[in-house]
Amino acid sequence: MNRTSFRKALMPSAAALALGISLTACGAGNETANSAGSDESSGLSGTLSGGGASSQEAAQNAWRAGFQEANPDVTVNYDPIGSGGGREQFAAGGFPFAGSDSYLTDEEGELSAAAERCGSDAIEIPNYVSPIAVIYNVEGVDSLNLSPEVIGKIFNDKIKKWNDPAIAELNEGVDLPDATITAVHRSDESGTTENFTNFLATVAEDAWPHGEVGDWPIEAGEGGNGTSGVVAAVTQGVNSIGYADASQAGELGVVSVQVGEEFVAPTAEAAAKILEVSPRVEGRAEVDMAFDLDYKTTETGVYPIVLTSYLIACQTYADQETADLVKGYLGYIVSSEGQQVAAEQAGSAPLADSLASEAQEIVEAISVK
Amino acid sequence: MTRRGDTVFKSLATSAAVLILVALAGVAIFLTLEGMPALKAEPDVLGGKGNIILYVWPLVYGTLLAAALAIIMAAPLSIGLALVISHYAPRKLAKPIGYLVDLLAAVPSVVYGLWGIEFLGPRLGRAYAWLAENLGFLPFFEGPASGSGRTILTASIVLAVMALPIITAICREIFSQTPTLHQEAALALGATRWEMIRLTVFPYSRSGMISAIMLGLGRALGETMAVAMVLSATGVVTINLISSVNPSTIAANIALGFPEASGIKVNVLIFSGLVLFVITFIVNFLGRLIAARGLVKEGR
Repeated sequence: MNRTSFRKALMPSAAALALGISLTACGAGNETANSAGSDESSGLSGTLSGGGASSQEAAQNAWRAGFQEANPDVTVNYDPIGSGGGREQFAAGGFPFAGSDSYLTDEEGELSAAAERCGSDAIEIPNYVSPIAVIYNVEGVDSLNLSPEVIGKIFNDKIKKWNDPAIAELNEGVDLPDATITAVHRSDESGTTENFTNFLATVAEDAWPHGEVGDWPIEAGEGGNGTSGVVAAVTQGVNSIGYADASQAGELGVVSVQVGEEFVAPTAEAAAKILEVSPRVEGRAEVDMAFDLDYKTTETGVYPIVLTSYLIACQTYADQETADLVKGYLGYIVSSEGQQVAAEQAGSAPLADSLASEAQEIVEAISVK
Repeated sequence: MTRRGDTVFKSLATSAAVLILVALAGVAIFLTLEGMPALKAEPDVLGGKGNIILYVWPLVYGTLLAAALAIIMAAPLSIGLALVISHYAPRKLAKPIGYLVDLLAAVPSVVYGLWGIEFLGPRLGRAYAWLAENLGFLPFFEGPASGSGRTILTASIVLAVMALPIITAICREIFSQTPTLHQEAALALGATRWEMIRLTVFPYSRSGMISAIMLGLGRALGETMAVAMVLSATGVVTINLISSVNPSTIAANIALGFPEASGIKVNVLIFSGLVLFVITFIVNFLGRLIAARGLVKEGR
């Protein structure tokens, strides 16, 4: 009962559609590709339709625009149907590449299914790292330091007042009001919630005993639909606190989170650092850059609450065109230019050079079967 | 020639009717088949609830509560508004008012959602704080009041505004159908205008009014986007109307959960859709029953 017949019915048709489009594109594109083969220009053409994590949507739009500008004959589509849907469609062959907020695991057989689809181990590259900011709206409080334990207790409805001693202790000299805290969470199931709760569950298990969840587990606090809903609820509310993609924080106050002895604000640089200090998932193929984020790090200058999103692709594809397109597009995404474009337009943290060059090597090796 | 036209028209009309039935049956079959696996769903896809009934119950409660509140607000307002348009306002004024009300029906629900979250909610938040302070002894206004005003009461107000044009438009049409002879007879017997309306317009349009309210209720029960945006849903069962902890509604819950759902979670959501389908059916059926009883009384 892994998939419903409803989705089963949808998937082949989506695959057929994608195939149909790429086939027609193939017919028109082949000649140019052949004639351009001898030329210096990339000569890429055709349509590439992937999809998955909606967190990547803004970045994907930036990449699509950038890639299509450089390759005018190429059309790239990204369908933000969600991480789960992206992984499902990738394994079913509907998407040549997918975006996912969590790496493939074999808990539900997804890793094997992806490998089976590709004929060899699937590629996983972290392509989108974005800090999740803890945002707040309290009149008269311009800066706020919180430890993971205190954040966990606030969202678990255990700390209910802003002038709670646990908060006051971390914020000497800040005038905290005697007001009830409204903790705003996502009311829709989301990767942001998953990453945020994963952080809390790992670092402050006593304060947040609910584990890593995509759906808010407790019947307390205020719910907002989507990132914009949470930001709106925090902005419109009084004495409120919430969590959202750092790029969406706008004018709201942003909490500096305690890491070791210091308090770190969610900047792109601080967020990108976490991949450098985190270990790889064990037992993975060389082309699989899955990270187990080290939330407990005490390294200086690391902001630990991040959303890491992956690109999932195959090492080999059945036809030349798809292989070329995936290789070209993914190569652009992990290039320094691509990462910079996403940083500017989606507020993500560019990959560190060492990781980017490793990813680039993996992508370079994509070929036709 | 006429005969052929008759046959053509008859078959066209019949196929239209059959098509509707087939579509309805198709939806019902789809919901049942896809919803059934949810009966065996494990607690981990049910948000920690033990079984599907415990999962759906707060949603049913929230759906009915929000819709009932909306209709309690919208029905009297709509009937009053319809009377103004059909009987009280001078013709010059009545027409533009009618157009404006119709215009409300054309506003997309996302826009109502935006209005609720950005404009209505924050303003009502202050009112809720006052209610919690002064009427906090009533269980409805127990508080703590939501600062952003994104409560089930706000959602109901938005739903009421959305249901209002439907109810008003139908009531207006029915009120103006009241036979002039009845109305003139009542006035000739010395009735005031209000008495005339009570004696002639209301009895005549009773079943129509109920149909109108049922249509409005249908809109309130099924509304998705506006509720998903406005309501701060946490899945509790409470009669506290002004806190930030509220029950969700079935439609909003599906909209919020579906994009990231996979596997049996999809079946769970479809099952809740089936429940909503059944509720809407029952509500409509009850409405028809009441309307029919009204007709019998009138006939006597």
